[in-house]
Parts: sequence; structure tokens; C-alpha cells
Amino acid sequence: MNDKTIIETIDLTKVYGMGDASVAALDGVSIEVKAGEFLAIMGPSGSGKSTLMHILGCLSRPTSGQYILDGQDISNLSKKELALIRNQKLGFIFQAYNLLPRTTALRNVMMPLLYDHNHHISDEVGEQKALNMLELVGLADRTHHQPQELSGGQQQRVAIARALINDPVLIIADEPTGNLDSHSGHEILDLLRSLHQKGVTIVMVTHDPITAEYTQRVIHLADGKVDSIKHNGHKL
Amino acid sequence: MKLTEVIRIAWEAILKNKVRSFLTTLGIIIGVAAVIIMVAISAGTEATISEQITSLGSNLLFVQSSFSRAGPPGMGRSSGGLVYDDAAAIQEGVSGVKAVIVEQQATATIKAGSVTLENITVLGSTTEFPSVRDMDVAQGRYFNETENERKQKVAVLGSTLATELFGDANPIGQVITAETTKLTVIGVMAEKGTVGDVDYDSRLYVPIQVVFQKFTPSMFARIMGDSVRLLYVEMEDDANLEEVTTQIELLLAKRHDVSLDSLDFSVTSQQDIISTQESTTAAFRSLLAWVAGVSLIVGGIGIMNIMLVSVTERTREIGIRQAIGATPDDIRMQFLAEALLLSIVGGLIGMGAGMGGAILYGFLSDMRTVIVPGSILLAFGSAAIVGAFFGFYPANKAAQLDPIEALRYE
Ligand SMILES: Nc1ncnc2c1ncn2[C@@H]1O[C@H](COP(=O)(O)OP(=O)(O)O)[C@@H](O)[C@H]1O
Ligand SMILES: [Mg+2]
Repeated sequence: MNDKTIIETIDLTKVYGMGDASVAALDGVSIEVKAGEFLAIMGPSGSGKSTLMHILGCLSRPTSGQYILDGQDISNLSKKELALIRNQKLGFIFQAYNLLPRTTALRNVMMPLLYDHNHHISDEVGEQKALNMLELVGLADRTHHQPQELSGGQQQRVAIARALINDPVLIIADEPTGNLDSHSGHEILDLLRSLHQKGVTIVMVTHDPITAEYTQRVIHLADGKVDSIKHNGHKL
Repeated sequence: MKLTEVIRIAWEAILKNKVRSFLTTLGIIIGVAAVIIMVAISAGTEATISEQITSLGSNLLFVQSSFSRAGPPGMGRSSGGLVYDDAAAIQEGVSGVKAVIVEQQATATIKAGSVTLENITVLGSTTEFPSVRDMDVAQGRYFNETENERKQKVAVLGSTLATELFGDANPIGQVITAETTKLTVIGVMAEKGTVGDVDYDSRLYVPIQVVFQKFTPSMFARIMGDSVRLLYVEMEDDANLEEVTTQIELLLAKRHDVSLDSLDFSVTSQQDIISTQESTTAAFRSLLAWVAGVSLIVGGIGIMNIMLVSVTERTREIGIRQAIGATPDDIRMQFLAEALLLSIVGGLIGMGAGMGGAILYGFLSDMRTVIVPGSILLAFGSAAIVGAFFGFYPANKAAQLDPIEALRYE
């Protein structure tokens, strides 16, 4: 683990709606995440978790404040520039897996490479990379299965492989175990923890305290503000 | 994003809904096929007609009687239209004229031995008829000047007529009876076929003077005496069309004693006839092109409709692609490619259907069809443009979706 800062937010706000009907989903959030950290974001429903994740994931822009990702201020980038950042620096894991239906695991994992405008990766190299990722998540024998032929836990592993293929500086996971039974949930969390041990930076939203146990640090949100920050005892 | 990938993804999306994709392209298929078939029909008609016109002979001028301005026929010498002697006068008095032929038609019942044929066209003409009208004598000879002037009872048979009257026997020297006139056969024409609705092979060719004398064809012709309806003037190869026309007009106006602005005849060239006919088919063709164009646009609207449905159905997919880094341009490109591919595939099927349809139509009907390569390019090009045009709006809609909304879409 080094001391490089991956995420730094300064006084982030996000306001939805106008005038009297406006809602401040985020109200001055300043957090910092170091490279290699495994962080959980918790909080009651409506506290602003998803809104924060969307901004951290470059899917939306803050109303005010600054967001510096991997040393780059991305608060005011265009849609296109944000898309390129998502492609190059981020990997997403969703509660609902969000794989393309009727598309093999291999193709799903390769998909981010399609939109890699900076490196032109040949089909063979891309395929090899995707196979490596599927092996890493323990699905080497399911490469040609389509999502509907896989269990929920397996689908989430494919999604993790897809999130990893572009060597992201940050993995964003929004309730990654929310749709899984506790057994496969724990398998996924073990996988995330092993990735963390390999040095991957992960920010995960969860409402489940047991899930949060897997992480090093938990940020609690309430009413769009940071309520508390708790360090879990365990070290690497 | 690589173009091959864009095309592959678009193609896969099309194949995931085969029936829907096919129904969507039907409008384009019909539009493209319609353009090709309609142009093929009008080009075929045009080709047939101009071939017919040129097969009458080359370098021809047609001098026709026109009574409309000169009052009823027979009311005075000056307004009687063309007469037989006009032919000779043109031949002698107009420079640049190679030959002039006169035709007068009648119908007659013809007998040879035990064979009787009714309603046979008897065509009276002058001796240059075969050369001016581009017809050959297959057997024997055509009649000559002397035979015409002396009203000798000789006849040349069309090829079909010869077979019908004499079978395999040699007709030369045989005698046939046309109405009450006995005619000696001196020749048989080569096969010419049917041009327009005239069957050249089942006619009887005789000296025009014999027609004047023996076959007064109708009441009208009887009043007119030796009046003729039509003169064919064959010009020298290097003659100037306008000069010859003017000379003929001046000469005949003087002979008929009419002024130049109330001529009792008109001079038309082959080119005039072809041009008239071309402008008619051009108007017809542009009408057809509009109809076909409208069906292409309808096809384009069909594509736009289905692409809008597709964008809505795949909102979630769009969200996923955006999340992993697809830019608005990538998304726009993907849906544009799909619309374009739909219309191009439709265009290709339409091209096949159009060419097949044109050939089949020519085969099944009497009309000739000529597939015009330009029409294929035009139809296919318009299909592609229609696809791009009507695909743009849905593609743009997809590109502008908000990733968060799109991911939340159920
Ligand atoms: N697109 C939106 N338009 C208007 N209000 C929104 C929108 N998204 C979230 N909000 C509001 O912002 C607040 C925070 O929402 P959210 O970030 O989804 O919380 P959480 O994920 O913690 O439940 C809520 O009050 C919610 O109603
Ligand atoms: Mg939420």
C-alpha cells in the first residue's frame, strides 16, 4: 500500500430540482481515499449514498465542490471526457450485475475494450486478457455461457472480471451482494477482499453491517453529510 | 471504436429480431424494387419505340397531309393536301433528297388456287420503297419504275403471305387474284416482323398506280382521287435537315397555292418523333420515380419507428455501455449503423427483387424491360440516405440518454 490519494472530494454538493422543491442529496461531502483502500459507504435510505457513488463513478457531476480522481480534477469535464475516464480508470460492480443479455461471459468481459479509445487492442490480445480475468474470478470453465445460463453469484463474478479488464485505479461497487443469497454473497466479498489484497482500490456501498465488516473503513452518511468514519480493526 | 465492431454489434442486434427486422425493411425493399422495375419498364418502352421509329428507315422526313387548316377536302384544288405528283416534284426540286416514296393502302381478299385470304393489306408504293424503308427482297425482285407508270399487274408478297398462299412451292411467276384483279407474283420480301402494330410480313406490295386504279380504298380516297396521305423523303447522308425541310415547305406551298403559315401538310423528322416520344416517357418516368420515392420515405419512417422502439427496449443496455465508457458518439454510431445496415440490407434485397421483377415482368408480359444501371445506383443510394436520415433521430436520442436514468430503467 502506498500513500497515493485516489479520491479526494472537497465540499461536494448535489442539488436536485429547483427553488422550493429542491433537495440537497449531498450537502458538503469531503472525503479522501488512498490507493489500495477497501472502503464501505453506509447510511439510511435517502442519505445520499447512490448520489455520491454516481459522482465518484463519473456518471454525474456535482452541483458544486471539487472531485479529484487519481490526481485529475474531473468536476467540470464534458460527457465525453467523463466516459473516457470511466473507461480508463473505473470499474463498476452493480447490484443487478448489469451484464448484456444473450452475450457470452467472454464478450461481456471484453466489452470495455471496445470503448478504449486510447489503446487499440487486437481481438486476440483482448480475448486473452478477458480469459485471464475470468480465470481470476474462477470462471475459466464458463467463458462461453450467457448470463441467463449462470447463477447470480457467477454473473456477479463476470461483472467483476469486466470491471477489472481495463486495469482501473478504482472499483465502484453498489450493493454488490444485494441480490445474492448469503453463501454466494460471502464468496463475492471474499473475491473482493482478495482483489484488495492484490492492491485494488475498492469503494463499496452497502446497508449491511456484516458486509461492511469486510472493509477497512466505513463512512456513514446521513442527510447528505458525512456522519462518522469508523476504522475496522483488521489490517492487511 | 472499430468500424468492424460497430457493424458486428449492429448486425447482431438485427439478427436478434429477424422477423421484425425483415418487416421493417419491407418498405425499403418495395421502394427500391419499385424504382428499378418502373425505370426498367419505361426504358424498355422507350427503346422499343425508338427502335421502331428508326427501323422505318434512316434519315427520313415524313410529309403528311393536314386538312385541319385548309377546310374540308375536295372543296378546291388549293386545299387538297398532298397529291401523288408532289413526290416527283420533291425528288426533282429539292436538293439533298435521295429518294421519295409514296404509300397508299387498301385491303382486299386474295386468292391463289384453292387458298382464300380475307382482309389482306395491299400496300401501293413506289420503286424505292425497299431501300427507303430498309427492307430486303428475299426472292425475285421489287417492281420497277416502268411497271409502276404503266400500271402493270405485278405483286411482291410478304414472307408470311407467301407461305400461306403457296406453302413450300415457288411463288415467283404464279398468278394471284386480289378482289377482281389478277396479279403476277414477281418477288417475295425478306422477313421483317411486326413493328408497332404493323405486320410487314403478311402484306401484299404492288405499284401505287395499281392501287390508285384498282383498289380505291374508301369513300374518302375516292373523293381525293390521287391524293396521298403520306410521303417518305429519304435525305442524302450529309443533307441538312432544316434546309431540306424549308425547301420542301416552300416547294409544296407554291404547288398547293397556300401561304407558309397555313400549310396543308406538315414535315416531321424521325428525330421529332423520337423527341416527342421521349418527352412523354420522361414525364411518365418522373411520375413513377415520385411514387417510388414516396414508398422509400415510408420505408424510412418504418425504420425510424422501429429504431425508436429499439432504443427504448435497450435503454438498460445503453446505460451499461455508457457506464463502462461508451461516449455519446459511440452510442450514436451504434444505432446509426443499425439503421443504416437495415436500410442497406433492405436495399440489397430490393435490388435483387427489382432486377428479378423487371426480368420476370418482361418475360411474362409483351412489354420489354431494360434494367438501367443508373436506377440501381439511384435506388440503392436513396435507400442508404433514407436509412441515415431516419436513423439519425433515434440514434441521437440514444446518445443523449443519461447513464443513471438508463441504468435504472426496467
Ligand atoms: N434524480 C433525482 N431527482 C430528484 N431527487 C433525487 C434524485 N436522485 C436522488 N434524489 C433524492 O436525493 C436524496 C438522496 O438519494 P440517494 O442518493 O438515492 O440516497 P440513497 O442511495 O442513500 O438511498 C433522496 O432524498 C432522493 O429522493
Ligand atoms: Mg440508493
